[in-house]
Amino acid sequence: MSLKKSLLAATALTCATAFSAHAQTTVTIATVNNGDMVRMQGLADEFTAANPDITLEWVTLEENVLRQRVTQDIAAKGGQFDVMTIGTYEVPIWGAQNWLVSLNDLPAEWDADDILPAIRDGLTIDGELYAAPFYGESSMVMYRTDLMEKAGLDMPEAPTWATIRTAAEAMTDKDNEIYGICLRGKAGWGENMAFLTAMSNSFGARWFDENWAPQLDSDEWAATVNFYMDLLNNYGPPGASTNGFNENLSLFQQGKCGMWIDATVAASFVTNPTDSTVADKVGFALAPDNGLGKRGNWLWAWSLAIPAGSDATDAAKKFIAWATSKDYTALVAENEGWANVPPGTRISLYENPEYAKVPFADMTLKSINQADPSAPSVQPVPYTGVQFVAIPEFAGIATQVGQEISAALAGQQSVEQALEKAQALTVDEMEAAGY
Amino acid sequence: MARGVTTQRKIINTTAAWAVGLLIFFPILWTILTSFKTEATAIADPPVFLAFDWTMENYTAVLERSDYARFLWNSIIIAGGSTVLGIIIAVPAAWSMAFVPSKRTKDILLWMLSTKMLPAVGVLYPIYLIFIRMGLLDTRLGLTIVLMLINLPIIVWMLYTYFKEIPGEILEAARMDGATLREEVLYILTPMAIPGIASTLLLNVILAWNEAFWTLNLTAAKAAPLTAFIASYSSPEGLFYAKLSAASTMAIAPILILGWFSQKQLVSGLTFGAVK
Repeated sequence: MSLKKSLLAATALTCATAFSAHAQTTVTIATVNNGDMVRMQGLADEFTAANPDITLEWVTLEENVLRQRVTQDIAAKGGQFDVMTIGTYEVPIWGAQNWLVSLNDLPAEWDADDILPAIRDGLTIDGELYAAPFYGESSMVMYRTDLMEKAGLDMPEAPTWATIRTAAEAMTDKDNEIYGICLRGKAGWGENMAFLTAMSNSFGARWFDENWAPQLDSDEWAATVNFYMDLLNNYGPPGASTNGFNENLSLFQQGKCGMWIDATVAASFVTNPTDSTVADKVGFALAPDNGLGKRGNWLWAWSLAIPAGSDATDAAKKFIAWATSKDYTALVAENEGWANVPPGTRISLYENPEYAKVPFADMTLKSINQADPSAPSVQPVPYTGVQFVAIPEFAGIATQVGQEISAALAGQQSVEQALEKAQALTVDEMEAAGY
Repeated sequence: MARGVTTQRKIINTTAAWAVGLLIFFPILWTILTSFKTEATAIADPPVFLAFDWTMENYTAVLERSDYARFLWNSIIIAGGSTVLGIIIAVPAAWSMAFVPSKRTKDILLWMLSTKMLPAVGVLYPIYLIFIRMGLLDTRLGLTIVLMLINLPIIVWMLYTYFKEIPGEILEAARMDGATLREEVLYILTPMAIPGIASTLLLNVILAWNEAFWTLNLTAAKAAPLTAFIASYSSPEGLFYAKLSAASTMAIAPILILGWFSQKQLVSGLTFGAVK
C-alpha cells in the first residue's frame, strides 16, 4: 500500500471512530439499591438493544449518600448525572428552583393521565411534571393472621389506633420473643419521623400552623408521641430506638412481630417464601385512624428526574419514558411475575385482572388513595407533604427532632422534655431560615 | 540481658495474642462467612456460625450486576498512583528536613500534620467546585491527586523519621566523593531507606485503598473504585446483607492478600527506629 493510500485509510478510520464516538450518547443514572431499581438495571439491556446509540452507566448509592451526592451535584452544576432517582420530598423543592427538566413533553404513549392522581400531583409544580414515578408507596398495617386468630381477634380493613393497641397487647408473648407491634424508632427524617409525622396527622397534629409557627408543643403532638411510646415500650421489641425499616423487616420475617406498620413495598418482602418464615400468614389493613378523618399513612414515590445541567436530555427522556412505561411493567411481569412489578404508579396496573390476584395489590392502592399531600392533617397547614413538609429546612429539623424522640424512646429523657427541645430547635431553625 | 521466659508465661502470652488477634479479625471473618449464606440465613436469629448451606449465589449475583474488574482497576490505579506520586514528592522533602533542617523545620512538619486535623467535609465544596472547573470530576487523575495530597503529610512524616535514623556522615562522604545532590538522594539515601520507603508505600496503598469519603464524593460511573462498589450494595428498603458481604469481601480481598504477604516489611518498617 502506498503512503497516500495508507494516510487516506487512516484518516477514514479516524473519522469513522470520531463519528461513532460522537453518535453514542452516555446516560449516567444515579439510583438506590432497592429491589425494584436493581430489577430495572437487570432489564436495561432491553432498552439499549432498542436504542443502540445510547449507553447506560449506573451509579448505585445508599439512600442518604445518594441524596447528598445529587443535591451537591445539582447545586454546583457538576453535571455528573443525567437521570436521578429522587423522592417526593425533593421534587417540589428542586422543581421550584428550576433544577429539573420538565417532562411534560414525554411521548403521548407514555400516557400521563394513567399515573395515579395522588402521585402525579406530588411531582407536578405549576403544571410542569418534573419527575416520572418509578414506584409509589404508602404505609399500611401488616399483621400476622395466625396470631390474631390465636388471640381471638379480627383485624378490620380500616382499624383505629385503639384496635391496634388491643391487638398488640393480645399478641405480645415476650417469653417466646413475639412482640405485638414493631415500629420505626431509629432517628431520621425518613425513619422515625416519617412514621410519626404520618401518625400525628391522624391525631390532629401538624408541624406548623398557617403562619409557619411550629406546633410541636401542642397537645396533639404530645398525644401522638405518648401513644407511640406506650405501644413500643409495652408491646415492642427490645432496642426499638435503633430499629429502622430493615431491622423491622428482619424481625417480621423471623416471626417476631405481631404487627408492623410501614411501607406498602414491604408487602412483597414479607410474603416472599424464600426470605420470610411467615409468608403465608400475613394480612393487610389500612393505616389506623383516630376517628378524626385522617389516617396515619404516608405517600412516597421514587421517581426519575433529569437535572438541568445534563447534556444528554433527549436520551435521558427516552430512558425515563421506557422505565416508567406500561410496557416496562409488562416486561417485569413476563420476566419476574406480577408480584415484582413496580407498584403504586399507574391506574392501568390496578385495573389489570392479573395484578389484582397479588394479595397486597388492593390494599396498596387503597392506602395510596387515602393520602392527601395537599391537606395532610385535620387542621389547615401552609405546606404540602404527608410525612414531610416540602421545604428545604425540613430534613435537618426533622432529623434533630427524630433524635430527641429516639432518645426518649431509649429512656434517656421524658416525652415532655423531648417535645420541648423539639419545639425550641424548630423555632430556632425556622427563624434562622426567615420564616 | 534478655529476661528468662517460662513456658507457662509463653502459653499465656500466645493465648492472649491470639485472642486479641481473633477479636480484631472477627468482623472481617463474619463478613466473609455471611457472604456465603442465603439472605434468609444472613439475618437468622440466633445467628448461624458455620452450620449452614454454603452458597456462591451472592458472588454470582454481584458479578452479574456489577463490573467488578473496572472498580478493581480504578482502585489499583488510584491507590498505587497516589502513593507513588506522594513518594516522589516526599523523598526530597523529607531529605531536606532530615539533613538540612532549618529553624522552622519542626513547625513545617507540625503544620503539614495539622492539615489532617480538619474534617474532610470542611473542604468538600471548594474541592468539588475546583474539580468542576478543571474537568477533574469522576476522573482517576483527579482522585489520584486528591488522595496523594491527603496522604502526603503522613508520607513525609514517616520518611522523615526513617531518614533521621541514617547517619548524615554517610551522605557527607558521598558528597566528598563527588556525588551530586541527585546521585546522593537516588543512589545513597534511597537504597539505605528501602525498608522504610517500602513500609510507607504499603501503608499508604492501604490508606488510599480504603479511603471512602473523597472516592464516593468525587466519582460517578467512570472512576469509581471499590469503595463505591461496596456502597452500591447498601439498601434502605430491603435486606441484602449477604450480597453486601460478598461485595465487601471482594473489595477487601486484594488488599488483605497484599497485607498478608508483606506483613514482615510492614512490621519491620513500622517498628523501624523504635529501639535506640
